[in-house]
Amino acid sequence: MARINLNEIAHSYRPDPKEPKDYALKRIHNVWDDGGAYALLGPSGCGKTTLLNIISGLLIPSEGRVLFDGKDVTGLAPEQRNIAQVFQFPVLYDTMSVYENLAFPLKNRKMDSASIDKRVREVADALDLTPFLKKRASGLAADAKQKISLGRGLVRSDVAAILFDEPLTVIDPHLKWHLRRKLKEIHDRFKLTLIYVTHDQVEAMTFADQVVVMYDGEIVQTGTPQELFECPEHAFVGYFIGSPGMNFLPMTLEGNMARINGASVSLPPGYAEMAHKAGGKLELGIRPVYAAISDAPSDNAVKAAVVGVDDQGDSKIVTLRLGEQIFRSKTPEGARVPAEVCYVSFPPEKTKLYSNGKLIKWGCDSV
Amino acid sequence: MSKWEDNKAWFLVLPVFLVVAFSAIIPLMTVVNYSVQDILGPGDRVFVGDEWYRDVLTDFRLHEALWRQIVYSFCVLAIEVPLGIGVALTLPKKGWGVSACLVLLALPLLIPWNVVGTIWVVFSRPDIGLTGVTLNNLFGIPYNFTANPVHSWLTVLIMDVWHWTPLVILLCYAGLRAIPEAYYQAAKIDGASRFAVFRYIQLPKMRGVLLIAVLLRFMDSFMIYTEPFVLTGGGPGNSTTFLSQYLTKMAVGQFDLGPAAAFSLVYFLIILLFSYIFYTVISSFDKGEA
Repeated sequence: MARINLNEIAHSYRPDPKEPKDYALKRIHNVWDDGGAYALLGPSGCGKTTLLNIISGLLIPSEGRVLFDGKDVTGLAPEQRNIAQVFQFPVLYDTMSVYENLAFPLKNRKMDSASIDKRVREVADALDLTPFLKKRASGLAADAKQKISLGRGLVRSDVAAILFDEPLTVIDPHLKWHLRRKLKEIHDRFKLTLIYVTHDQVEAMTFADQVVVMYDGEIVQTGTPQELFECPEHAFVGYFIGSPGMNFLPMTLEGNMARINGASVSLPPGYAEMAHKAGGKLELGIRPVYAAISDAPSDNAVKAAVVGVDDQGDSKIVTLRLGEQIFRSKTPEGARVPAEVCYVSFPPEKTKLYSNGKLIKWGCDSV
Repeated sequence: MSKWEDNKAWFLVLPVFLVVAFSAIIPLMTVVNYSVQDILGPGDRVFVGDEWYRDVLTDFRLHEALWRQIVYSFCVLAIEVPLGIGVALTLPKKGWGVSACLVLLALPLLIPWNVVGTIWVVFSRPDIGLTGVTLNNLFGIPYNFTANPVHSWLTVLIMDVWHWTPLVILLCYAGLRAIPEAYYQAAKIDGASRFAVFRYIQLPKMRGVLLIAVLLRFMDSFMIYTEPFVLTGGGPGNSTTFLSQYLTKMAVGQFDLGPAAAFSLVYFLIILLFSYIFYTVISSFDKGEA
């Protein structure tokens, strides 16, 4: 168990990186607390796996240092830093039984067989693998195999953190949920630091206490699932989290009003002032679920054309057009959707302003 | 049977039937035909039943050739398979070295078999060959592959190793390249030694290609003809007369078509049996529960 510090980490796969675009990871500086359940969320190719491999020691970063409990492990090999990793598809030793698979990391560390036996049985019990112990690992289903991969990490009592690299990709949907719960259970029981890489926001949100969102080689926001939903600090987070993503409408300021394609939305007075100071390219961000529509005009509501409706079963996604700007509203299943024209209201406390893609912070501390 | 009415699909299988009939079944039946008759002249033949089979099975020289053949094939497999795996493990994994190594390794495979024999004749001659002269004059070993049976055996064996190990290497290399990087990473994290990586990851993952390598090398070496025929002509004495050479002597040299046909069938069955055993043994590693 350990607290993991990443100190000014940057990594490039090129031998002589010069420009920022040569870097797969640009300056990462953060702390992973001991015993935390983290999800590393981001689109494919944003550097998640690179970051994971740097923590596990499979990669040595071009710049910066990795600290485990304050001890510099940057140059240490994976087996020396007590880290376990579960890969995208199950990695097993095919010719071994489940028991031998679980015992393998301990055997390699020259543990005596009585302690190995005790530890293997304990882990097998936690993972519901006891009935399979004598079976060959290669004959089992994908979810059991993935549990064995996880088990090989858990058997080592000195393990500092377990890293997961999209471990549920090959698992059937109805088993994914079950395995995610198992992971949570394991987390509570063994109190390990878990870092879970995924590009699936649902997976990240249900698994983790803290979600770390990465974009283009950088960490753009770290927070609880709720923080990410309510206050995306970066336009990318708003767009990536939530289904559909946050609406971003280009706007200009006019006193306390935001002007979007001729329509006006009033803003809290202090907020408009801050936006004035921030300058840059301004956008108004609002979650579809907060952009309420109605067929009657009201204060602070904007007239928009209804372009289309997608029924999702439990809710309706209404596509709206404001001038040239397309955006979406999520309304309850039972609500009536006007056929052509509707009035969209922007609740001030849910309306966020972005300058050059970055959130202008206002009233976010209360979340 | 109402089903019988619409069975035109059988016509689609007809071409395959014809090809198999002309390529395998009809020639094989000709051999079966010869093996149970004594052909005295054109149109003059006598049915002899299992006489040729009894002759062949009790032929002392054939037994000798069979033993020689089994020992030879065993030696070929025992040298080429481990050597092939070993070399495949040391080949580079990326960069220009990969193509360079693969092309160099594939060269012996591209040479026609009788040319291979000729190359080694020239190479090994004690009077002008590089190896022959070097061994005799530089190391003082009285090496002469046309006179000494041991030297003759070793030369044929080394020639085969030179000629065919590349095939095993290429197959193993392909098998090794197909192992996903994650296996090596997991092994690193589990603290596995270099040997454990080989024993528990590389070897099991190569099982499929090794099965093919063993089968191909067994069948080819068991039927070896051209290279020893060119190199030693089966001598000195009968020391390098393998089964197919003995068979050819019988069929072409002495024109004993009946015994030769019976022999061919026995030969065929032996290869089939051994191949089946190899296949069963190697693929059973897959299923058995530990």
